[in-house]
Amino acid sequence: MERMTFDLASSSLTEMNTFLHKGLEEGDKRHISVLNPDGAHNIAVGLNHPVTVEVHGHAGYYAGGMNKHARVVIHGSAGTGVAENMMSGSVHVKGFASNGAGATAHGGLLVIDGDAGLRCGISLKGADIVVGGSVGSFSGFMAQAGRMVICGDAGDALGDSLYEAVIYLRGNVKSLGADAQFEDMTDADYAVLAELLSKAGMDHDPKSFKRIASARTLYHWNADANQEY
Amino acid sequence: MCGIVGLLVKTPALKERLGELMVPMLIGMTERGPDSAGLAVFGDSLADNARKLSLYSGLTDDGADFNWHGLTHALKEHLDVDAHIDVKHNHAVLSFAVSPELVKRWLRENHPKLHILSTGRTIDLYKDIGTPAQVAERYDFKSMKGSHLVGHTRMATESAVTPDRAHPFTAGEDFCLVHNGSLSNPNSIRRKLTPAGIHFETDNDTEAACRFLEWRLREGDDLEVALQKGFDELDGFFTFLMGTPEKLALIRDPFACKPAVVAETDDYVAIASEFRSLAHLPDVKHANVFEPAPEEMYVWNA
Repeated sequence: MERMTFDLASSSLTEMNTFLHKGLEEGDKRHISVLNPDGAHNIAVGLNHPVTVEVHGHAGYYAGGMNKHARVVIHGSAGTGVAENMMSGSVHVKGFASNGAGATAHGGLLVIDGDAGLRCGISLKGADIVVGGSVGSFSGFMAQAGRMVICGDAGDALGDSLYEAVIYLRGNVKSLGADAQFEDMTDADYAVLAELLSKAGMDHDPKSFKRIASARTLYHWNADANQEY
Repeated sequence: MCGIVGLLVKTPALKERLGELMVPMLIGMTERGPDSAGLAVFGDSLADNARKLSLYSGLTDDGADFNWHGLTHALKEHLDVDAHIDVKHNHAVLSFAVSPELVKRWLRENHPKLHILSTGRTIDLYKDIGTPAQVAERYDFKSMKGSHLVGHTRMATESAVTPDRAHPFTAGEDFCLVHNGSLSNPNSIRRKLTPAGIHFETDNDTEAACRFLEWRLREGDDLEVALQKGFDELDGFFTFLMGTPEKLALIRDPFACKPAVVAETDDYVAIASEFRSLAHLPDVKHANVFEPAPEEMYVWNA
């Protein structure tokens, strides 16, 4: 397979992203290495072909954002909004990720080997997220569809105002958000977890996770609730 | 938006290169803060009875042509103070061995437009409007030496773009603070501090945080206790980076609305709003890079 390298110490990010947007052909499966990312923003955003992009170092904001079809691997940490609004494909962060990882993602798989910051998976719309470490507060806020697997702990207000996304948590949670509740695991949940953990390359026992989903009490206006949820 | 940078070096050799290592950090934060920049450097301490003031003449009628040596002569004549002056463009560091209050009162009476940026035994402070590259060049930041520093690039949101509203802010002696974010209760903090005799020089929200924390330290709180009171009383968004002669300290608001990243090696601790300001540092590929958690205190000793 053809391999290409972009060294961001000597070529511009715009040059690379322009190539990734306009220089590839339908179904292109090339392997592209990115050297010296040095925290630049918007690395490999808006991809639309099944290429593999390997980023060797720390990425800045929105790396792999809006991804479709491509496989993006970041051998370092990722800044705010990694894989934000991803549609399909995968983004794998080998280090930690900052706030808003996988926010609004519609499809595909986001794997973060380390910790994720606050608001991980906020407004998730169908993607799967697997976090090897812990997630910060307000993760899964208003998540509508998709699955979040958290192998470590979670901060405050996990799954606040959840819709139909499901969260699997292995560690402890500081607090659940409004309308989020622990539920019994079913065989279907174990099967989903086994599949997601396997895809993410993590070998935890699915039996060690708890399921968190919406109690659905916020779905309809309740005049008797007196604004207390 | 704003950018913060901090650097604390652990070896004598790197103390000589403090400014040189920092300038790319500051310039790396230009997109986050293009309108003003500033720097506080903590170097060797003066003798117990000596003090230095960092002064800014840009707001005086003479601007950068201010007669600094006339100032030292006048201090000798009026107060019998032997002062040393180290001039960099419209900034100068004035050092002497008398009570700083005596000199500051005289300055306020005789040069009311001369802005006193900092007071202490170890801190030198420079700040001005302009891009980080322009400000760094104007005051030769790359030549700065010392054990640690606190820098800032500003994109003003809460008050006007003027040199005195640039960061770092200082209060008391040898204390400075830079801020990325915006406070929602700076005026109630001011109303609380004013009756305690605390005077504010600008309408900037960061000044309220700076004076609040310095007030707590002066009232006897240790840094950790003061920072906890900061969490309790300061409302809004903030990543604060503070400097004292012995320490750098960092805190982030509970929502971690404003970024921060740290790279630590055996030789240095470097802090910035984003990794792109750390990428050039020596051996950063092997540094322990992490994101400070919200509502935690991070304190590094010089």
